[in-house]
Amino acid sequence: MVEVALWSSLRSFAGGNEKVEVEGETVGEILDALVKAHPGLEPHIESGVSVAIDGRIIFNSLSEPVGPDSEVVLLQQLKGG
Amino acid sequence: MALDGSKSEFKLVGTRPLRPDGIDKVTGRAKFGADAYAAGMLHGAIVRSPHAHAKIVKIDTTKAEAMKGVKAVVTRADFIDGLKGEMWNVLENVMAGDKALYDGHAVAAVCATSTLAARDAAKAIEVTYEILPHVTDVDKAMAKDAPVIREGAAAPGTPEGMHPNVVGYHESGHGDVDKGFAEADLVIEETFRTEATHQGYIEPHACLATMGNDGKGEVWCCTQGHFHVAKVCAALLGTDASQIRVTASEIGGGFGGKTAVFIEPVALALAKKANRPVKVVMSRSEVFRATGPTSSTSMDVKIGMKKDGTITAASGVFRLQGGAFPGAPASFTAMCAFAPYALENVKQIGWDVMSNRPKQAAYRAPGSPMAAFAVESVIDDLCKGLDLDPIDVRLKNASRQGTKASYGVTFDRIGLVETLEEAKAHPHYSAPLAEGAGRGISCGFWFNHGGETAVSLALAEDGTVSLSVGTPDIGGSRASMGQMAAEELGIPYEKIRTTIADTATLGYNEISHGSRVTYASGLATIEAARDTIRKLCARAAAKWKIDPEAVVWEDGCAKPSGPNAGEFEPMTLAKIASSMGRTGGPIVGHYEATPEGAGVSFATHIVDAEVDRETGSTRVTRYTVIQDAGKAIHPSYVEGQFQGGAAQGIGWALNEEYIYGEDGRLQNAGFLDYRIPVASDLPMIDTVIVEVPNPGHPYGVRGVGETSICPPLAAIANAVSNAVGIRMTELPISPPRILAALDGAK
Repeated sequence: MVEVALWSSLRSFAGGNEKVEVEGETVGEILDALVKAHPGLEPHIESGVSVAIDGRIIFNSLSEPVGPDSEVVLLQQLKGG
Repeated sequence: MALDGSKSEFKLVGTRPLRPDGIDKVTGRAKFGADAYAAGMLHGAIVRSPHAHAKIVKIDTTKAEAMKGVKAVVTRADFIDGLKGEMWNVLENVMAGDKALYDGHAVAAVCATSTLAARDAAKAIEVTYEILPHVTDVDKAMAKDAPVIREGAAAPGTPEGMHPNVVGYHESGHGDVDKGFAEADLVIEETFRTEATHQGYIEPHACLATMGNDGKGEVWCCTQGHFHVAKVCAALLGTDASQIRVTASEIGGGFGGKTAVFIEPVALALAKKANRPVKVVMSRSEVFRATGPTSSTSMDVKIGMKKDGTITAASGVFRLQGGAFPGAPASFTAMCAFAPYALENVKQIGWDVMSNRPKQAAYRAPGSPMAAFAVESVIDDLCKGLDLDPIDVRLKNASRQGTKASYGVTFDRIGLVETLEEAKAHPHYSAPLAEGAGRGISCGFWFNHGGETAVSLALAEDGTVSLSVGTPDIGGSRASMGQMAAEELGIPYEKIRTTIADTATLGYNEISHGSRVTYASGLATIEAARDTIRKLCARAAAKWKIDPEAVVWEDGCAKPSGPNAGEFEPMTLAKIASSMGRTGGPIVGHYEATPEGAGVSFATHIVDAEVDRETGSTRVTRYTVIQDAGKAIHPSYVEGQFQGGAAQGIGWALNEEYIYGEDGRLQNAGFLDYRIPVASDLPMIDTVIVEVPNPGHPYGVRGVGETSICPPLAAIANAVSNAVGIRMTELPISPPRILAALDGAK
């Protein structure tokens, strides 16, 4: 299981939890598992999120590996100028 | 963890070779957006709403179409119907539908045989409007009685019961801020405001487009992302992305403002209807009224501090006005606000708010400079209130490797502390100040970005190299790409020509944004060069009849890896290339990936400012930028990015602002009335490059293009506030605001 931290305004869509546990070995699997466990998160994830794994922000790549002890933080999708 | 193949010793990287586009640019040979011509070319002009908010009742094009030289007119009906989501927003901004949403919103376009004929025809297009109430201020746009821009635009997660103009919400943080504030010896809470500013790029948007009735089109344009232009144009015109081939011209500045698409779909629609090439060039007024300035903001920041300088808690509410569409970077503002500091108790909230203004666009580090202005101002006041040194306090609280950032992630190796230590040791920080002058410092933070990237590197038979990248060169990237390729290949920098390839030549490349080019295209260039080297070694191995694994690449030559591999004369790149047609065909290295290791970046700025108390005029007399670049590939370009961010920040802090009249029209849509700093307004901007390698890049590169604009607003505001003895809470700190503050203090 991987523990995923949610930004505050997402928590109400995941039972009020600051962190939720899901199965997954890649960013894509983690996101799919989050939607399956908490369907209320789907529109947020569909509209775009970034995922930070051990401090490294993953913007696009669904195939990035995630370890069971990784720090995983969901972030609003980032872009720049 | 560092990447495999990381390097720390270099021959070419870190040197300052001549820029490959320099001669073209100083001799006028470089081709910018408006320099494209085609046989039979027509000229386009766009009809824009003079109203901030109005229903479009009727568009009568009869008179315009009857005018001599006019070949086509387009309105919203000439674009695809049925788009949803962000593409609908883009189309609605490119060409208004039922309503004009801001002063300058495009409502129709015409093309004719000359620019003058097109402009005359645009004036002859009769648009009947029903004027609606408007709002341009962020706080007023959130109020219950505010005119509604559009119902149903709110993003998921926006709290219910808010005004329909409130379209996005972000909240994050950790700890217990109430407990933290209770532990503080001093708590300061203040409200700040900033006005919208424009990137002020010197080259207006321009493009040349052709499109036949078969749906095949070509576009030449100045843009930060030509692959994005192709994607958007195809979507808005209902054709396939691969049928729109886009070539990026040289670019006269972008700074984020040319990440958006405005005129290219219009030019294509006109070209399709007229069956002739069409050029569209924006005027400066159009650039101000109808492209993307920054958000304006209204922000509340509260910070508590102990007597020893420890920050016990911090909270902020950041309201961003983003124009008539969702997308203001409120979440970035919130997430960047307290990122420089290791805080046990922190909470940040961001609101994305629509108003009757043009859709905001990125302007380097979108959203971060405003947050820094508010947060760093309060920190400075706390330092004063507790009689503490502002750098010591920042060092005491600075984020480091292992710090849990305010936005939730744990930082890897970062260089904030190093920038603060350099600042403290810099002669600027200890230099005596002139009578009546003030000194300010500020830290700043930006995430940086990777993104989809494809690079190709082809050898010529004479041993020279064509390097094709897909990210428009907005800050000298052709030089740094050439350096990185030459470093890997072991050949002279001058033997490499770097080209920005068109959209038909390479795989999809994300826009040149997020300070990603030297990081992501650089990483792809290094990997494409290494792919080329593997192929070169294989050719040598085949000739020597040994295993390719027994060949190494050193100093631009294939060599046996050791005595066991056999004794052979090293083969140079030129030698292998000269026979490649007879040894297996062309040698081309390539790399396609989405690099995800862009390291975050921090900077610290020091500013001295003098204020004329009679006129309210401020002069920045000394400026020092200290920033972590990870590894500076071409130090002159890195220094240029540092100086550019500071120069633009000086304008943003002191003079630049969008001024709207009561009628909702922009009052200062030109450089006479929208005052950007010119050379005589600026001091020499000193720079210090800190190099704390990014473990996510083979050479340690971090993006540098955006972080440089994060600290200036705050550093200048702190300097001015210290000079006049009054906390300045609203930008720009223009002479009228200084005089009002001085009058108020009497």
